[in-house]
Amino acid sequence: MAGQKMFTRPARLASIVPYLWMALFFLLPFLMILKISLSQTAIAQPPYTPTFSLDAGFAGLQDLLAQLSLDNFRLIVSDAIYTASYLRSLVVALVSTCILVVIAYPVAYAMTRLPRGAQSVAMVLVIIPFWTSFLIRIYAWINILQRDGLLNDVLVGLGIVSSPLALLSTDTAMYIGMVYSYFPFMVLPLFATLAKADPALLEAAADLGCSRAKAFWLVTVPLSLPGVAAGAVLCFIPIAGEFVIPDLLAGSDQMMIGQTLWLEFFTNRDWPVAAATAVMLLLALLVPLFVYDRIQRRQMEAR
Amino acid sequence: MSDRDKHTTINDKPLLRIGAVSKRFGSHLAVDDLSLDIREGEFFALLGPSGCGKTTLLRMLAGFETPDSGVISLDGRDIAAVPPHQRPVNMMFQSYALFPHLDVAGNIAFGLKRAGFSRTEISSSVAELVAMTRLEGLEQRRPDQLSGGQRQRVALARSLARKPRLLLLDEPLAALDRNLREVTQAELLALQRKLKMTFVIVTHDQDEAMRVADRIAVMNKGRLVQVSAPRELYESPKSRWAASFFGDINIFDGQVVSRADGRVSIRTQAAGVLTVPSDRQPADGAALAVGIRPEKISMSAAAASPEAANTLRGEIVDTTYLGEMTAYRVKLASGEAARVRAPNHLRADAPPFGIGDSVSLSFPPDACILLES
Repeated sequence: MAGQKMFTRPARLASIVPYLWMALFFLLPFLMILKISLSQTAIAQPPYTPTFSLDAGFAGLQDLLAQLSLDNFRLIVSDAIYTASYLRSLVVALVSTCILVVIAYPVAYAMTRLPRGAQSVAMVLVIIPFWTSFLIRIYAWINILQRDGLLNDVLVGLGIVSSPLALLSTDTAMYIGMVYSYFPFMVLPLFATLAKADPALLEAAADLGCSRAKAFWLVTVPLSLPGVAAGAVLCFIPIAGEFVIPDLLAGSDQMMIGQTLWLEFFTNRDWPVAAATAVMLLLALLVPLFVYDRIQRRQMEAR
Repeated sequence: MSDRDKHTTINDKPLLRIGAVSKRFGSHLAVDDLSLDIREGEFFALLGPSGCGKTTLLRMLAGFETPDSGVISLDGRDIAAVPPHQRPVNMMFQSYALFPHLDVAGNIAFGLKRAGFSRTEISSSVAELVAMTRLEGLEQRRPDQLSGGQRQRVALARSLARKPRLLLLDEPLAALDRNLREVTQAELLALQRKLKMTFVIVTHDQDEAMRVADRIAVMNKGRLVQVSAPRELYESPKSRWAASFFGDINIFDGQVVSRADGRVSIRTQAAGVLTVPSDRQPADGAALAVGIRPEKISMSAAAASPEAANTLRGEIVDTTYLGEMTAYRVKLASGEAARVRAPNHLRADAPPFGIGDSVSLSFPPDACILLES
């Protein structure tokens, strides 16, 4: 923090920009959502009361505040539909993140072992799917996974299965979509931490009696944990709020919270409940962020 | 652990034998057919310019590199192909390579845990090492919370923890500032004497090698140039390269003109006829050179008698004040320059000699070294 003194005045002004950005495009919209979540649904335009207006002056504002209530939050907490959606979101996010760590770790580790030139090629290969629209890639998975799709054609053609598997509209399909879509977000932070590990540390471990496998577990893995944490946060949070992947690839018997929110907003036109759902999701997702922040802070202290 | 107590005295028995070892990286021959014995209990230095192969040799002793050919045997056992984690050898790394996720105690205990000692044995060993390296009170600190000198001591304690038969030190003090480095050199030497352990240090710093080592191996281009005690290396270098690499020296090339009583006179182009002791009997006209260290030349204003051996006249062209001594450059009659160093015995505002002064230089034949041309 002492470093801030080094900045000149224009540099300090520039440092305000991100705060302004956050205030304008995050804090303000969030306050609007929060206000809607405390309102009541109504058949009107917009479909809730009270609406915010300065016509009635200060008394009107007081009147408006008096009309706000926590009813929508009580509904969400008491109704099993919402709690089940929240729970499913957290479970799906947790399972997907675990699968991602297990798959991405060896890939990132293998990338660090490549020669320099091959490393950048591998990096481009990881990033290249971003050049195609996310939605198109998920639709492509529908094509691959459907009953007469590419995967079943191959499996039946090779004689691995006798009849096509029902893959689409299952949790398996959804997890494939999740892992596929968030793979780069796990690989890149992992690669970044693994690549900057000092090779002398592995030599020191070998010198002090570690076989290669032991040195990997005792040195490489603990030193890469910040990368695992960064990748996990980057994946867990958006997956928990994911709508497109479960909607297109999973079955319709269970919903993630993003789908429930969509349903409330577009089908039921219940903006206040949808807004309350969003606020609850945001609060739930602050937990992993706080955990990550604590881990980071502990590492900074160790530095 | 117990059998190493038998070998506690410095003796002539080689602990480590390096026999005809070569190592090539691509087209670069890093170590070239090198043979060397290192004795039990010795503090041995590998000295040479960067790229001379000293670090490659050390890394082969640690097991991080495998020799292309040759034998490395420790206690009579060939270890050339033994992986690092199975060698009774430990290394202190130039970068220290401390584990950033472990505290001081964890770093020191790392090797002990791998060796399968009990928890109580480990904690008593760690306590002993912490006391020995003056790290008391820092056991719970992480490497990033330590000063450079403290980190250096943790690295040393960690490398000593397994009581290796051979401790390798790769430029262990290079990262310390000069004053701390000199203190630490003395500590390192005292520690080695106390533990009676065999140390092999790699350094590019002649001063450091001279301060700590019993013997110094000077390396150049992957080969050994000379292996000697520090005094012998400085006073009796066996080659022109060793003489000019290790310390400063004036070298005058010439041809033999006469021999008498174990001395040879050489007519040099730069400094006339110089007499130098020699146990050889070179033929007349043989091309040889005379070397004289700058501090072994005495300088006076008085005109010396021209008959005296090894006396030259010249004019001072440059002086450099170095605190404990002053370095002079003296232009000889031939136009060549000689370097002379004289101690500053007195406090004085100006050196006893200044630029432009005519001086005579003299040095006894016994101070000279006969070198190849």
